[in-house]
Amino acid sequence: MNKIIKYVLYDIVRNKIIVAYTLFLLLLSIGLFNLGGSPDKGLLSLLNLVLLTVPLISIVFGTTHFYNSYEFMELLVSQPIRRSKIFMSEYLGVSLSLSAAFMIGVGIPVLLFAPGATGLYLVLTGIFITFIFVALAFLASVITRDKAKGIGIALLLWFYFALIYDGIVLFILYSFGDYPLEYATLVLTALNPVDLGRVMVLLNLDVSAMMGYTGALYKSIFGSLWGIGIAFVVMVLWVLVPVLASRRAFTKRDL
Amino acid sequence: MLGSPTALGDTLKVCNTCEYHSVKEAVNRAKAGDVVLVDGGVYLESGIEITKPISLIGRNNPVIDGQNSGQIITITSSNVKVEGFTVQNVAVSYMRDDAAIRVADRENIQILNNTVLNTYFGIYLQNADNSIVKGNVVKGVNTGKIESALGNAIHVWRTDGAEVSGNKVEGHRDGIYFEYVTNSLIHENISERNNRYGLHFMFSDGNVYTRNIFRKNGAGVAVMYTRNIRMEQNTFEDNWGAAAYGLLLKDISQSTILNNTFRRNTTGIYMESSSRLYIENNDFDRNGWAIRLLASCIQDTFRLNNFTGNSFDVSTNGSPTMNLFEHNYWDKYNGYDLNKNRVGDVPYRPVSLYSMLVERVPPSVMFMRSFMVDLMDSIERVLPSFIPESLVDERPLMKKVNHDSDRKLVQNLR
Repeated sequence: MNKIIKYVLYDIVRNKIIVAYTLFLLLLSIGLFNLGGSPDKGLLSLLNLVLLTVPLISIVFGTTHFYNSYEFMELLVSQPIRRSKIFMSEYLGVSLSLSAAFMIGVGIPVLLFAPGATGLYLVLTGIFITFIFVALAFLASVITRDKAKGIGIALLLWFYFALIYDGIVLFILYSFGDYPLEYATLVLTALNPVDLGRVMVLLNLDVSAMMGYTGALYKSIFGSLWGIGIAFVVMVLWVLVPVLASRRAFTKRDL
Repeated sequence: MLGSPTALGDTLKVCNTCEYHSVKEAVNRAKAGDVVLVDGGVYLESGIEITKPISLIGRNNPVIDGQNSGQIITITSSNVKVEGFTVQNVAVSYMRDDAAIRVADRENIQILNNTVLNTYFGIYLQNADNSIVKGNVVKGVNTGKIESALGNAIHVWRTDGAEVSGNKVEGHRDGIYFEYVTNSLIHENISERNNRYGLHFMFSDGNVYTRNIFRKNGAGVAVMYTRNIRMEQNTFEDNWGAAAYGLLLKDISQSTILNNTFRRNTTGIYMESSSRLYIENNDFDRNGWAIRLLASCIQDTFRLNNFTGNSFDVSTNGSPTMNLFEHNYWDKYNGYDLNKNRVGDVPYRPVSLYSMLVERVPPSVMFMRSFMVDLMDSIERVLPSFIPESLVDERPLMKKVNHDSDRKLVQNLR
């Protein structure tokens, strides 16, 4: 398995896209930290961009990579290697390389300009989101053999998590505004990894607003170690569920 | 010397080796115009009653320890001065409201440079016109106590022409409490870590508040049912919590709020039923809500304020009318200035759609800075349909106002 991961990693690095992605993130982070006067402001702008671009690039890169290495996988399947191993190697290869790019591109500037718990949460969130969206990309790719369709599904998933979901939830909250919605909102947030990541970073950043009437409640929940633990468990679930589902589909499917 | 009657008074000394060993004894012996001079030492006394116009002066920091046995110094004469003591330990007394130093129904009292520690009420003036409370430190212990088990640090009731200045108060229910106090001055006090309000005043017209600092109080500063107030150059900061405001205004009218700084409060100014206020040259920095202007406010003017780093600039629960926003600096403003007159050519709407949503459905605060929310706000700013039409700054400034050096700009704009 390690050997296959190594080959996948070689393949990706030779591709140069990952290098471009690293440089893009690096430029973006350094630029934002230098533009916005305070490190807090830099982190805030960075958070917005990370939550928008990282899922998009992870999901598009994941799908195209999967389809492009289809022949390689077929070759491997003809060898005495278990399919789940092939699949997991591909998955880990892609997500590890993308997270490494993220660690260099965002992690290092954050460490330099805004070290602290908030920065740590931002980097952790970014890595989790990379893993989650690569998993979703692979899920989209195993559903259909057609490359165009696969990328279409992947893009729709991104669109849903980054934009539509928040719109739907805000609409629900507005419609049911007369009911106590504190805990319902909490559950709804956990159902979208992008929101979950954003809230975890925000509760450390926008402290003043979050100390308002309901913000204080969430602050007390997410501020405790217990709450942070739960949030990370939910994030891990968000990685595991699509990965396991797509691995199952990959092993059962007629290639 | 001979001509002035007060100079004729004797000096009664109290110390270990002096004629008097007890403050109470010396105070009882003193005649009008005498000075009781206490030189160092610890005196375990309470119930000291000053009934004649004398001066009670402490030197080398004498301590009067009440040992929780009731009120320590009671002043029932006009023209009394108490200076330089440490007065400590007064127990909670719900019936009598015991204080370290209490003045009742007399005038021209001076309470200067005392330290009051661990008391129920600290300095309590009732019906004491033209009194001065200056340079005192009042420190209580409020950890783990509920509001009703605490008294106020400086409590002034039904007084005209009082001066409260240079005091440092902390750890009580309200730092400074004014009720029915008129034409008074509150100046350069520091009020912090009180359970409820840093400064609380009701029905107190014609007062001036300058250069005070209110920090980390349970609910900030509350101003209620009052008119004709001037608040200048005060600092309101770090008042955090579900019910915390930098400055809470309820039923205030005809007042001016100038050159204050509101920093890192959950809400900078919360305004309810307040009319004809002039809020100018203030800095609102990194607050959750800079201003919450309820629909019951009318004819308030906001000019030349700086709004920077606030999560929400202005929010409201309806559509307040006849309020004027003009020449403020908003860091979220993204208009342009073609004719270079430092005033933006496009109006700025400080109330965002999302802030109205949060006002209506508080849990939606969880979606702050979500891409969807930013998108909604941008669209709404371009084509306003939900946000109140009347809340708009027609002439926003392009650059932050520097309140000290921008006098010229300010004059031009006027």
